[in-house]
Amino acid sequence: MTPIDAKIYEKLRLAVYKFSSCDGCQLSILNLEDELLDLVNTIEVAFFLEARRQVLPPPYDLGLVEGSISTPDEEERIQQVRRDCKFLVVIGACATSGGIQALRNWTDVEVYKRMVYPEPAFLKTLETSTGIASHVFVDFELRGCPINKDQVLELVTALLIGRKPNIPTHSVCVECKRQGYACVLVSKGEPCLGPITQTGCGALCPGLSRPCYGCFGPMEQPNIFSLAGRFEGLGFAPGDIKRMLRTFNGYLEPFKQASDYYEQREDPEGE
Amino acid sequence: MNNEKTQKENEKRTIRVGPLARVEGEGALHLVMTGRRVQEVRLEIFEPPRFYEAFLQGRDFMEAPDITARICGICPIAYQTASCYALEKAMGVFDEMDPPIQKLRDLIYCGEWIESHVLHMFMLHLPDFLGYESSISMARDHGGIVKRALRIKKAGNAIVELLGGRSVHPVGMCVGGFYACPEPEDVAMLLTEIEVCLADMKDLALFLAQAVDYPDFKQDYEFVALCPDDEYPMNLGRIKSNRGLDVDQETFGEAVEERQVAYSTALFSAIKGRGAYLVGPLARLNLNHEKLHPVAADLLKEVCAALGKDLPWNNSFLSLPARAVETVHALALAADILKSYEVPSRCRIPITPRAGYGGHGTEAPRGLCWHDYRTRDDGTISFARIMPPTAQNQMCIEKDLYEIAKQVVDLNDMEAAMRCEHLIRNYDPCISCSVHFLKFERTWRKGWDKPR
Repeated sequence: MTPIDAKIYEKLRLAVYKFSSCDGCQLSILNLEDELLDLVNTIEVAFFLEARRQVLPPPYDLGLVEGSISTPDEEERIQQVRRDCKFLVVIGACATSGGIQALRNWTDVEVYKRMVYPEPAFLKTLETSTGIASHVFVDFELRGCPINKDQVLELVTALLIGRKPNIPTHSVCVECKRQGYACVLVSKGEPCLGPITQTGCGALCPGLSRPCYGCFGPMEQPNIFSLAGRFEGLGFAPGDIKRMLRTFNGYLEPFKQASDYYEQREDPEGE
Repeated sequence: MNNEKTQKENEKRTIRVGPLARVEGEGALHLVMTGRRVQEVRLEIFEPPRFYEAFLQGRDFMEAPDITARICGICPIAYQTASCYALEKAMGVFDEMDPPIQKLRDLIYCGEWIESHVLHMFMLHLPDFLGYESSISMARDHGGIVKRALRIKKAGNAIVELLGGRSVHPVGMCVGGFYACPEPEDVAMLLTEIEVCLADMKDLALFLAQAVDYPDFKQDYEFVALCPDDEYPMNLGRIKSNRGLDVDQETFGEAVEERQVAYSTALFSAIKGRGAYLVGPLARLNLNHEKLHPVAADLLKEVCAALGKDLPWNNSFLSLPARAVETVHALALAADILKSYEVPSRCRIPITPRAGYGGHGTEAPRGLCWHDYRTRDDGTISFARIMPPTAQNQMCIEKDLYEIAKQVVDLNDMEAAMRCEHLIRNYDPCISCSVHFLKFERTWRKGWDKPR
């Protein structure tokens, strides 16, 4: 990655964009209550519609993109966003993987349209919901549904001083052990996705004695089949495993490939 | 000369603002005037559809609260509670809910009301009243107010984090109760901060009542809110209105209809046989003010005196002080629950999956959020319907816009647009909650309750 040379600029010019999403990742930025006022004094918030009406013209030094690409309009708009931003960072599960709305990618979207809307013909929507990197070059990503606000702060700080952001890519298990939580998989026999999920949340679910459901998406080189084999040993069917993998990051590899395999196993004859 | 005047009178101008700033989600405002005559007013929603109700089908009932939370990052608790209660009804355990679990549900909801209300009041809405484009600009002149507000917002988030681990898409709540209950030490630590914030929020509420000018505006609204017998609405209660609607939770879906207008692709909720209705802080306060926490009830008297306006408030601009009073209520209620907290004997009721039906609405910060579900024997969902608050307010927003548009015909485009935007923000619209919200064109037809 190419860090932004802060010395060239008076202030780093920030743009925050929304595509198909819930606004939660943008809100996580506004949830930096203790740092927010210092942050807006250090950087120029040039485009952030959820927070301000004033819009400064591009180019922007740093663009944060929330949301997935799910409509023809968004498909065009992301191209302009890429042209407007020197350094483009995608934030959250929708922008990195297509989000929960990517569940349509495994079905016929026309069926979904008819299920929810009486006049499906009026909907302008794509067959698929996909992450930003499927459309334009992305410089960096922050995972999570939602993102961890401390990772946003780390990202901006690192870019301001010109170093690589320190965002760990190991599994939730490491964090869980650090916190000293009892393993929900070993001690309770519950299907925890922690061993294959990227850290970043702070091992929240095991901390509340529930199994991790994978909202930060796959870690680097996860051994999904080994874990899923253990789940099968606990009595979970291939269909259950498919469903566990297909949530907020389901369309991100290798979760996608593994869930496709368990879908085959669920219905070996095919439909 | 005369000719010129006629030309001016017939001049058509279109004011369009989009995407709207300082709202959650993407929408646009569309206003068409011919001379001084308002021809068309539209609140356009171009939030892409995400098909939640479709992909919930086939999911396990225990997954529903985690999935529906993702409809809205600002009010995930509203979606989680509505899903949980509706599915607890479907599973036949709703009436067995332990009182301590019920209290924790109220507590986490207090946290969401506090963070969402404070975000909207001080970061999104107040800049309109004081003439700033954002709270970032407002902070230059009113840094103290913004800092105090941020501290209270943080306290609201801390309540959600206590029970849910994080404030956006928290992970603590489940069908049946909670996955885990908080430790008494953590509760005690939070209580101190909540008490400080309560005192400060009372001050800020009076500031909003005394130092802010509210435009004169009056509409004849039908207010709809939960109306429990003995408490201010949040999680439970029958659904009532000031015009005689009085239904239990499960039949609300039959009392309203989703209407479609010719040449339109919008679905919006209307009360059968009547039309537009308003949900949110104004509706709750007007219908339930006598059930406020005593601390908030005392404050309400002072706020009314400072504003010179007694309830009911029929002015959507007064949603700002209404939110302030509700924030004080939520802080006071949260302090009470934290003070009397003891670790419950169990955090959740055990559930055996079954086929069933359940419908339930809870009071999201911006209004009633209502869900209903059908389940199969194995607990998988076979049907889901979700009515988000902003879909229910949409008709009211447009009626208000039509009214305000008549008042701004003599202003230039920029000022007229600002006034209309301000009005839209009165509703704290959460457009991301657009489970079924679409961009639409409106043409009024005979027989529909056209705004007058």
